[in-house]
Amino acid sequence: MNQHFTATTEPGDQAATQDVVRLVDLKRRFGATAALDGISLTVRKGEILGIIGRSGAGKSTLIRCLNGLERPDSGEVFIEGREISRLGERDLQPLRRRIGMIFQHFNLLSAKTVEDNVALPLKIEGRPKAERLKRAAELLDLVGLSEKAKAYPASLSGGQKQRVGIARALAARPALLLSDEATSALDPETTRSILALLKDINRRLGLTILLITHEMEVIRSIADRVAVIDAGRIVEEGPVWSVYADPRSEITRSLLGAIRPQLPPELAARLLPAGGTETILRVDVAGEAARGPLLSDLAADAPGAFRLIHGGIDHIQQQPVGTLFLSIPGNHESHLAEVITFLKSRQARVEVLGHVADPV
Amino acid sequence: MSPILFELLLRSIWETVLMTAASGLISLVFGLPLGLALIATERGGIAESPWVNRVLGAVINGFRSVPFIILLVALIPMTRLIVGTSIGTWAAIVPLSIAATPYYARIAEVSLREVDHGLIEAARAMGGNRWTIIREVLVPEALPGIVAGFTVTLVTLIGASAMAGAIGAGGLGDLAIRYGYQRFETSVMVAVVIVLIILVCGIQWVGDRLVARLDRRG
Repeated sequence: MNQHFTATTEPGDQAATQDVVRLVDLKRRFGATAALDGISLTVRKGEILGIIGRSGAGKSTLIRCLNGLERPDSGEVFIEGREISRLGERDLQPLRRRIGMIFQHFNLLSAKTVEDNVALPLKIEGRPKAERLKRAAELLDLVGLSEKAKAYPASLSGGQKQRVGIARALAARPALLLSDEATSALDPETTRSILALLKDINRRLGLTILLITHEMEVIRSIADRVAVIDAGRIVEEGPVWSVYADPRSEITRSLLGAIRPQLPPELAARLLPAGGTETILRVDVAGEAARGPLLSDLAADAPGAFRLIHGGIDHIQQQPVGTLFLSIPGNHESHLAEVITFLKSRQARVEVLGHVADPV
Repeated sequence: MSPILFELLLRSIWETVLMTAASGLISLVFGLPLGLALIATERGGIAESPWVNRVLGAVINGFRSVPFIILLVALIPMTRLIVGTSIGTWAAIVPLSIAATPYYARIAEVSLREVDHGLIEAARAMGGNRWTIIREVLVPEALPGIVAGFTVTLVTLIGASAMAGAIGAGGLGDLAIRYGYQRFETSVMVAVVIVLIILVCGIQWVGDRLVARLDRRG
């Protein structure tokens, strides 16, 4: 596993109580395939942890182990310090009320009104009706759907349904919110508004959120930390900006591919291993290095021409993360070496992609 | 039609309605829990138990494969035990109920199975127990289908009750055979057929209206 970030506190009793979730070497097989192949993970109080992976990577099994909908073959699941993986259904029921869950397909009850859907967790808890309806009204206000209280889910849009789902998940004041691909069935605009709502709830209520997704965009917009899962293993883990800036595994790079700048394909197709008239560099910068006037300093420090072909600086968790594709003309080995030396001195990662004979 | 025949017609209507309503109600009371039991005990159900499921399935199939006219006769000892007699309208309600219960259980099973598994998972994730899942999810979500299936069962029972004349239960079917067919009283036959059409249409209409009102799936 590629660890980007080492916890400053040693894992001990102190740290354990701060962890809402702690997974230790979780394993689960379905026939010949290992859905979970030794997952260890912690979710700290108040953070948003995103778990990303392709479909079939084991994400759904993992999130279902956290509220006992799925049982691991071996390993331990601690929720607020309590081991739950061997609890019986009856003991799990009160515990599940501490954990809210939202789903890709919303899973609202079609035969109940919006307010009755939101109030259902409280009904299960055995709260009196007046209290349930009061809480439902509060929550519908929080998600901005007060006027839909008496409507049935079938009359709502996808985004509204997920808002109801979120309100319902919060009804019993959970300590943890699990989000199972909550925005995967929504269009990009609705996705943004749902993610903003989740982020807002995380900030305002201090609610810990664990979300699984296959979309890097979701991680990028709201997660604090990310764990990349592939074939039942965590292949990479760390603060989102740092995984963005420096993806270490192939799978992370490919998941990032869709939203990180890539060399334009027509140029990539013309890359030669040697010769040509221009050299193409890929430059990755992050943090402090990306804040300074990198390109003008480069021009001053290593005089000579260079062209910016493609790329840009992105901001993730207030950290600039950039990828630039530069073209260095001519055959002057010394100029190229100067450029690379300068960029490396600024903590940039530089990769010579190849050469082109006839640049665009 | 003579006044005597007309009175006979009225009595037969009452007998048919009584047999259909009573056995319909009984099949609902026993069939719905049976349908729930079939769904709950199947693989991946909320009370998974392959053995119970297999036994239940076999018993239901057994009853359903016996032709009703045979069941009517075969159940005579049991009928006598329950209602004290093996002839008459009340006596017919026993075999009718026993035939309709497994029939309705299968129909209810189909509607219950159509409830999205995600809804059951959501209820479990909220900390609901089996009873919550049945009361808050399975039954309310399947209700349109449960009601539509009950309508179908009632209409089937009207048909089946015609055979109950064989054990002296009376009813419209019995009237049609004894007077309309055997005594060539065409007017009785026509009257019975018209009444049956009205009955069936009426039940179907009420059932359809109810389903439309219950169905919130949009």
